[in-house]
Amino acid sequence: MAPSTGPLHLAAAVDGTGSYAAPYYVELARLAERGTLDFITLDDSFGPPGEGPGRPDALAVLARVAPATERIGLVPTVTTTHTEPFHVSCAVATLDWVSRGRAGWTVGVSATEAEARLVGRRPAAPAAELWAEAGEVADVVARLWDSWEDDAEIRDIATGRFIDRDRLHYVDFEGGHFRVRGPSIVPRPPQGHPVVAVDATDPVTRDTAARHADVAFVRATTPDAAGRIRDELRLRAGESGRDPGALTVLAAVTVDLSDGEYAAGPGSARGPLTAVDDRPPLYRGGPVDLADLIAGWHTAGAVDGFHITPAAPPGDLERFVNGTVALLQHRGLFRTFYPGTTLREHLGRPRPANRYALAREGAR
Amino acid sequence: MNDTSGPGRQIHLAAHFPGVNNTTVWADPRSGSQIDFSSFVHLARTAERGLFDFFFLAEGLRLREHNGRIHDLDVVGRPESLTVLSALAAVTERLGLAATVNATFNEPYELARRLASLDHLSGGRAAWNVVTSSDAFTGENFRRGGYLDRADRYTRAAEFVATARELWDSWTPGGTPRPFAHHGEHFGIEGHFGVAPAPQGHPVVIQAGDSDEGREFAASAADIIFTRHGTLEAGCAFYADVKRRLAAHGRAPEDLKIMPGVTFVLGDTAAEAQERAAEIRRQQVSPQTALLTLEQIWGVDLSGYDPDGPLPDIDPDPGSERSQGRVRHADPLAVAAKWRALSEEKGLSIRQTVIETTGRQSFIGTPEAVAAEMAAFVREDAADGFILVPHLTPGGLDDFVDRVVPLLQERGVFRTAYTGRTLRDHLGLRHPGEER
Repeated sequence: MAPSTGPLHLAAAVDGTGSYAAPYYVELARLAERGTLDFITLDDSFGPPGEGPGRPDALAVLARVAPATERIGLVPTVTTTHTEPFHVSCAVATLDWVSRGRAGWTVGVSATEAEARLVGRRPAAPAAELWAEAGEVADVVARLWDSWEDDAEIRDIATGRFIDRDRLHYVDFEGGHFRVRGPSIVPRPPQGHPVVAVDATDPVTRDTAARHADVAFVRATTPDAAGRIRDELRLRAGESGRDPGALTVLAAVTVDLSDGEYAAGPGSARGPLTAVDDRPPLYRGGPVDLADLIAGWHTAGAVDGFHITPAAPPGDLERFVNGTVALLQHRGLFRTFYPGTTLREHLGRPRPANRYALAREGAR
Repeated sequence: MNDTSGPGRQIHLAAHFPGVNNTTVWADPRSGSQIDFSSFVHLARTAERGLFDFFFLAEGLRLREHNGRIHDLDVVGRPESLTVLSALAAVTERLGLAATVNATFNEPYELARRLASLDHLSGGRAAWNVVTSSDAFTGENFRRGGYLDRADRYTRAAEFVATARELWDSWTPGGTPRPFAHHGEHFGIEGHFGVAPAPQGHPVVIQAGDSDEGREFAASAADIIFTRHGTLEAGCAFYADVKRRLAAHGRAPEDLKIMPGVTFVLGDTAAEAQERAAEIRRQQVSPQTALLTLEQIWGVDLSGYDPDGPLPDIDPDPGSERSQGRVRHADPLAVAAKWRALSEEKGLSIRQTVIETTGRQSFIGTPEAVAAEMAAFVREDAADGFILVPHLTPGGLDDFVDRVVPLLQERGVFRTAYTGRTLRDHLGLRHPGEER
């Protein structure tokens, strides 16, 4: 396991257990921003999340949050199975425009027959097929972001041209399930490429994560287990021609800090994290011990940081920010202010070059 | 026919973002960004300062082309409507937020979910302008691809709207999702809708288009019809025709608002306004735009012609497919003949002819004159209000709000404060299930 030398990255879920009111999400986002976290995530699914109160569209919620926040990254889940890749690209690019460079998206799939029946166009498919398709969607989404060069808008009065159309590009993408001609209707977003995140816990997702993700979430109860997944992702990223260091791997943990400062969790005999089916492992304890755990995993080089899901927001997010984050800051392990303005800057990632501009320059 | 008619008949106002549109002037030094969020904030806040009913965004899902190349003379590029409006909900409080979204290249479940989400996040201010396309050209950007028969466009749109409403209505009043099942000609879907009932119940539905099918669809299903502006007489005829169709659908005249899209130019004097209007027309029709407008009718390459010279003496090619992603001229030969006659009669160049024949502003005059004329259109039953299309981003609405709105208020034909919270409240539309 290669030791981690990069700065610590922290993110938080603001999943809303049935809340439709914008102020609820704004409050959580501002709380996370007060803790100078890299970004917040909001989960989503194409169909209803089981029985219960449903939820609003995650990308719309974070667009609503954008003008009410200044620096924090905004990363909704967007599903790829029953949606149009062209719309996905335009919506995420627009989230980047309205947040002035703070957007990302977590790639999701819709695997259930119930979701397939909400659209009625195709039956449910095996996860491997859906994740291969999700990889194609992530690919074409980014190509559409590049389909406008940054300086395509010229407003040349002498020739009457608003754009230089040589700097707009057809993507002519052909995947297994769809084709897209392009170019996008949305100019290249402020970050060039908004950040792409994938939950890479399930091995079926790892190829897509290794090829396309800037951020990968992994669920693991020990630093060794997390580190093994990180090593695999980095190896596979390298094999697909990417810089392995370009992949930020965050351990996903549900945190319940309600029991007081130093109370040990029920799983403490075997370690501080308890595995939970289909959810991130649970940390139950105090904010100080959690800070130790985060610092320990990071220093050991297991992960680049943590993505926490507060067990009971807003209380657990408040305790995380005021307790755990404050302590990490005090120890000099986490930023105390945002030196940059975009999510890519928070993650230490450069703004990517435009593949079509490079090709055009190269052809000269 | 309408019990609100009379001198105090209230006007509804909306603001169209001046975007990808040949009336948008981008070469003016005051013309700002078409894509930065700040431009949208400025226009939306100006509209809200003017107590407008709603803010309107158009949509285009494929960049327009001419001669197989991307059209480069007008503004190109825009954000995705529903996402921008969700963000604008954060910086406005009462203004309605209307998104144009295509019924051909979306599916009812997903769009119903997105619209209900916007309605929640804005506290009941969402509207959906339903448009349809049938072209394989736009379809090349989408999974579903291709082509719908022209006749199928409206049946699909009608079934789409009906299906969306079934989803919005599928929860119990107590807030529990109930299963829905819709099996029709275009959609066969079933399951549970994933979003709780939104404040408006149904977001406001707008229909744009003046064809017979469009009118009938609006009469059956829409809350607003976004129409073309013309003379007072034409407006009255359209208004009477559309309102007359409502009864057959069990609806009352006030259930559908008629709002033409209009442009405007203000001046301190009538002469100054006319002068400004002419200057704006020259900005809108550059020499290059004049030639391209002609090529769209002639269907042949006219790049060798001088825009300041006479019209071409060759005849149009009616079978040409040079332009993609635009509305076509029905009879190019007749248009060409008309334009030639005008050019010869008045001695106009190509550019002057195009300026003369296309898109003169709807209202030109002093603020007093414009306010009086707008009030007259509504008083005389030619419209229930207007969707204003400014020619400049982001300041194009400032003068209207500062100078015309107060005069409309003085005349007692426009609100002096928002009295309701939702867009349905502003428009005087019932909420679904509410008694008349």
